[in-house]
Amino acid sequence: MENKEIKFLKLQQIIDAHEGKISHLIAILQESQAEYGYLPKEVLTYIATAMGISPATVLGVATFYAQFSLIPKGKYVIRVCDGTACHVRGSEPIMMGLRKELSLSADKPTSDDLMFTLETVSCLGACGLAPVVVADEEVHGQMTPDGILEVVKKLASAASEN
Amino acid sequence: MSGKITINGQLIDFTDEKNILAVARNAGIDIPTLCYHPELTIVGACRLCVVEIERMGIQASCSTAPADGMVVYTNSEKVNKVRKMVLELLLANHDRECTTCDSSGACKLQKYASDYGIKRLRYPNRAQMLPLDVSSLSVVRDPNKCILCGLCVRVCKEKQGIGVWDFKNRGSRTEIVAAMDQPLSESACINCGQCIAVCPCGALTSNSSAIQEVWSAIRDPKKTVVCQIAPAPRAALGEEFDLGSVEVTGKIVSALRKVGFDKVFDTVFTADMTTIEESNEFLGRLVKGENLPLFTSCCPGWVKYAEQFHPELLNNLSSCRSPQQMFGSLLKKKYAKDLGVAPEDLFVVSIMPCTAKKYEAKRPEFMTEGSYDVDAVLTTVETARLFREAGIIFKNLEDSRFDQPMEQATGSGVLFGATGGVMESVVRYVAGKLLNAEGRVDVEFTRGMEDTKIASINVGDNKLTLAVANGLAAAEALIEKIQSGELNVHAVEIMACPGGCVGGGGQPFQNNSEHRLARAKEIYNIDSKLVLHKAQDNEDLDKIFEKYWNGCCNHETHHDLHTHYQAKKRIAGNEIVIKDGEGPEITVCLGEGCLKKGSLAIVEKLANLPVKVKGVFCLESCGEGISVKVNNEILHVTEENVIDSIKAKCGCSCGCCS
Repeated sequence: MENKEIKFLKLQQIIDAHEGKISHLIAILQESQAEYGYLPKEVLTYIATAMGISPATVLGVATFYAQFSLIPKGKYVIRVCDGTACHVRGSEPIMMGLRKELSLSADKPTSDDLMFTLETVSCLGACGLAPVVVADEEVHGQMTPDGILEVVKKLASAASEN
Repeated sequence: MSGKITINGQLIDFTDEKNILAVARNAGIDIPTLCYHPELTIVGACRLCVVEIERMGIQASCSTAPADGMVVYTNSEKVNKVRKMVLELLLANHDRECTTCDSSGACKLQKYASDYGIKRLRYPNRAQMLPLDVSSLSVVRDPNKCILCGLCVRVCKEKQGIGVWDFKNRGSRTEIVAAMDQPLSESACINCGQCIAVCPCGALTSNSSAIQEVWSAIRDPKKTVVCQIAPAPRAALGEEFDLGSVEVTGKIVSALRKVGFDKVFDTVFTADMTTIEESNEFLGRLVKGENLPLFTSCCPGWVKYAEQFHPELLNNLSSCRSPQQMFGSLLKKKYAKDLGVAPEDLFVVSIMPCTAKKYEAKRPEFMTEGSYDVDAVLTTVETARLFREAGIIFKNLEDSRFDQPMEQATGSGVLFGATGGVMESVVRYVAGKLLNAEGRVDVEFTRGMEDTKIASINVGDNKLTLAVANGLAAAEALIEKIQSGELNVHAVEIMACPGGCVGGGGQPFQNNSEHRLARAKEIYNIDSKLVLHKAQDNEDLDKIFEKYWNGCCNHETHHDLHTHYQAKKRIAGNEIVIKDGEGPEITVCLGEGCLKKGSLAIVEKLANLPVKVKGVFCLESCGEGISVKVNNEILHVTEENVIDSIKAKCGCSCGCCS
């Protein structure tokens, strides 16, 4: 049986690879998230127990950084830039269009089929391309509400083909 | 480094002070602080201690080191303007329901707002009100009052070595929560209340529901209400009534009678009882050479810590109940019969310096015929509130004496209130018993506020090494030394709170080293004023032992006055499905101890079988081997014998393991 299918075994390997060093906690959390897609509480508790540190501390680190998520994320993460430049060039209609298409809201960022997660970012540093959307790690400049729906459709069909 | 700095035009010498704040305070110049504590690391979070430094501008004095020639102003126009602004911003994030706050009058934020004349806030209050955490028997957390100074986080991590609290999220969504954002009662919290002692703004308070329970009992004609008073409150309760850290035992007894208690007893009486039972237990272990070193068990914070973090030491803990629980047991099991009342109609209240005693009183092992041995625990601060509510003018009270037939108390029992006191009591008892020492035998090494004290004493031909620790971080370091073999000791006293019970989480604000020292000094004063100083000299106690148990240290006292300990998990949580399967369900312990012994290898082994494998963060059965639960039975197995052991217990015929 693959290690990956048995909870915690892979996690212990990650911790062991870092020799259980507390100074490596962020890296351990990053790799664990890569493995599980997000950081469930039992994973945080396991890390704390195996490393002999307080669970509150692990939770503190995991909730401090925006890169960590304690709730499941979709297969594809769509990040709409809402920095000043993107905002004035029309990021809001893009966001509205995406939410409507995917039946999402500010309180519900992930679709029920765990396919898409919608996030806003404050600036991607690509203001010259405003408005910018990053979909599945790919940067799309000068986006429009219609253009992003095309991207979403492509991702959805790519997923169904696999 | 040393030199001179000018503060407010006054030239001041400094030597090894780490920050300007300390230099100023040593010179008698006060600077307000909320997040600063001299015994904890400095974070500079609250910004209230700002000062103006020439050529450096406005700086936080807690995190700026003094340098020769520095010119500092602590109360310039600019400084006070910034401080007012800081206070306004802090108050905007603070639920200002001061009239209903337990900390009103003992709140630094309230005091500074008044000192700095904050009359009107320019900022609206936080819109959203968050729910309170009232799950713990000892500590209540009100996130709406928290100003995120982080003192609770630091005291729990640095002094207690546990780290129950930490920050969650960041920016405006930052909150201080217990592990995994679960209720405090489901965390590793040992209920010591040191976070309450350092909280500057009422966000952490003691769970004071007991006050109402006490009133109800007093007003219930069916109930006989009795009280016991621990050693430490008598040296601290006076602070609540502007009397300072002086003995107020007689006044407390009078006040309790006025409130309506039927009988008032002294926990020192059962502290003497503890000394006798524990000393004989210690001597017995020395003869047999087993379960050494002996660890004291009076402190419920330490006991819970040991159950959670050191299950391997549970046989070393003295089996004696704490003085509070010995008295509870005595009253409910024996004294109630003398009075002709049922145990449930005898309402036992104890006055303690401690919030963990509230938890101890509700431990299921301390019950008599279905009623708790101790029904309600009031902290020193809550007791003062009870007196105020009763309209008692505490200052003017005449002294009153404790009730018969348990009136006598020795100085040795009083010493339980300060760190080292239990050890000193045991030494006195042993000196009296084995060396026929008379009068007071002072043990100097146990005294003082150092967090770890170790000394060897000669008893006849034998040399005994004894250790005393206060604060669980210090205790943990001591335990490590003992377990590594670096240190060989015979007995260890551990108190969770810095300074021992005088610095308990239920003691009056300010609960700092200065006050702890003053209270401890008064404890030793009380001892020197009393006539008796060794537990065995307590004649009332002799009579009680004889009357109720046919003497001391026998099978009967063992039943009523001793207890047992049980490994406890550090974090609550359900069993987690690691691998689904059709076959029987097997739960593997993933607690720290079992993980270290290799429980994950067992998980891997089992996962290859068609069984359902679950994991849980401690099965609370720490012992030899790794804990595995099959058919609701916990087995202790090794990686080698796990399959065979499970086969023997599983009882199913699926044949998956053959």
